[in-house]
Amino acid sequence: MFFAQVAPDSIVTPDIAWTALVPHLVLAGGAILMLMVWSLAGRWLPRWLPSMVTAAVGLGAAIGSIHLWRRVTDADRGPFSAVADSVGIDGFSVFLTVVISLTVVFAALLADGYLRRERLDGPEYHVLLLLSAAGGVTMATANDLIVLFLGLEILSLAVYVLAGYHNRRAQSQEAAIKYFVLGAFSSAFLLYGIALTYGATGSTNLVDINAYLRSTVLVDDGLLLAGFALLLVGLGFKVSAVPFHTWTPDVYQGSPTPVVAFMASGVKAAGFAALLRVFVVTFGTYADDWKPILYALAVATLLVGAILAVVQNDVKRMLAYSSISHAGFMLIGVHAASADGTASVLYYLAVYSVLVIGSFAVVGVVSGTGDGATTVGDFAGLGARRPWLAFAFTVFLLAQAGVPLTTGFFAKFYAITAAVDGRSWALAIVAMLSAVIAAYLYLRIMIAMWLEGSDDDAPIRVPVGTVVVLGVAAAFTIGFGIFPEPIVDLARDATPALVNSP
Amino acid sequence: MELTTTWYLVLGAIIFAIGASGLMIRRNPLVMFMCVELMLNAVNLTFVAFGRELDDLGGQVSVFFVLVVAAAEVVIGLAIIVAIMRHRSGATADDLSVLRG
Repeated sequence: MFFAQVAPDSIVTPDIAWTALVPHLVLAGGAILMLMVWSLAGRWLPRWLPSMVTAAVGLGAAIGSIHLWRRVTDADRGPFSAVADSVGIDGFSVFLTVVISLTVVFAALLADGYLRRERLDGPEYHVLLLLSAAGGVTMATANDLIVLFLGLEILSLAVYVLAGYHNRRAQSQEAAIKYFVLGAFSSAFLLYGIALTYGATGSTNLVDINAYLRSTVLVDDGLLLAGFALLLVGLGFKVSAVPFHTWTPDVYQGSPTPVVAFMASGVKAAGFAALLRVFVVTFGTYADDWKPILYALAVATLLVGAILAVVQNDVKRMLAYSSISHAGFMLIGVHAASADGTASVLYYLAVYSVLVIGSFAVVGVVSGTGDGATTVGDFAGLGARRPWLAFAFTVFLLAQAGVPLTTGFFAKFYAITAAVDGRSWALAIVAMLSAVIAAYLYLRIMIAMWLEGSDDDAPIRVPVGTVVVLGVAAAFTIGFGIFPEPIVDLARDATPALVNSP
Repeated sequence: MELTTTWYLVLGAIIFAIGASGLMIRRNPLVMFMCVELMLNAVNLTFVAFGRELDDLGGQVSVFFVLVVAAAEVVIGLAIIVAIMRHRSGATADDLSVLRG
């Protein structure tokens, strides 16, 4: 009998270390529980509750990661893998798990006032946000290319819907379809890259791939290099590296502003997690082959992002292009392919997430009902109308420009240091040039806010959740800009590791 | 003539290319979704071919994951299309051009 070849008792189910999966379980479980509770008892629950619950769940996931951080930084125990080696827990993945969980907290707080103003309230936004974060965490902890792909899809599918969440706004729907088509396109490329890598190395497990590439000299590595290229296309889309950036401005402009805040922080963090783990860590032995491509991507991303940002008139589009140029700085860290480079990307992701969430928090309240007033002219006279709002935005813009005494300065500093240490002088110079060009754009918004007058005296309502986000983000930016050591040390300790269970 | 693994890989590459070019050329959102499916299934064929070549079950198992993801992707895509068509019936990808800078 054909079927008799496999005896029933030969199927071994893996041991699941549930403690290693606490952040995943908290986020996904929170989402499902919320969906259930609100579909059964939603009408009796207050309208502010979903965002509070989501913020609590995000915070819970971050706190649930602390015991993992203790374990992986403990010299005796160290990094480990779980669930049949498909999930790898190391300092790197725990650090990014915390970053992604905290972006959820911020995005949920921002959404509260926004959704009520736009009359879109309901728990669905928050459920999708939590599911998307669960996907992001899965990506950050993936120890297997297929798990990485699953995480990417869980993350992306939820964000496609979130992009079109403003169902009465044509721009939002257009953003959703554009993001969906290009996202699905890039996912297919990523998947093809996974298939080719699997064919070339015989495994989808990152540890096995790494071991195979170390121990074997491939006579014909065409298949593997094609796999690299396709993986780079797929991940390049997700982190919006030029030339795969075309969706970014449209999607950022059209999507609801709190969703954009999450896209630019949490989604980007997950994308860079995958890029670092796959290329720097797993394909490290082939660095000579992929570094030139990443060099070109970094240069193009830095320059195109900064130059096109300057010619925009819509603040959301400007911030979209500026987020592209920031991705260029992070690509420098990936290109360095060193421990310092990885630490610089982690530090950049942590502080940039806070900056971009703060920036979009301001844009979200200034844009007014309908979420449409986002041109530079709409920010004119903000300094006179709402001084504190304008002050907070100024802090975030200065930090994005890389002014000293803000977190943004050290982020750029470490990225450029990583390039210089890797003897990529030209790349460092291009990065500084890009920072100079982008400074013009931030100044342009600041001049509109503080120096230009406006006859628009419509009141700008700042919801409580947004006030909290702005306060925390501004305090973080200035506080850790003056005393950067704690975050830098955490980013340095968050080293990636490749381990399978013995 | 014997069909080796290479044949299947080449077929997969051709189908993937057809899907990718179709996605860029066609303007009907539904046809664009079908092209995405074509790309994903080309990858499935590649996975199975490699799994057979390497005598490894992993390739075939991956296909199941991809199938589930593809189904979920279609559900989301169709939902977005339905939401758009409610406002403008018969829209093609060229009609969606409010966002530009």
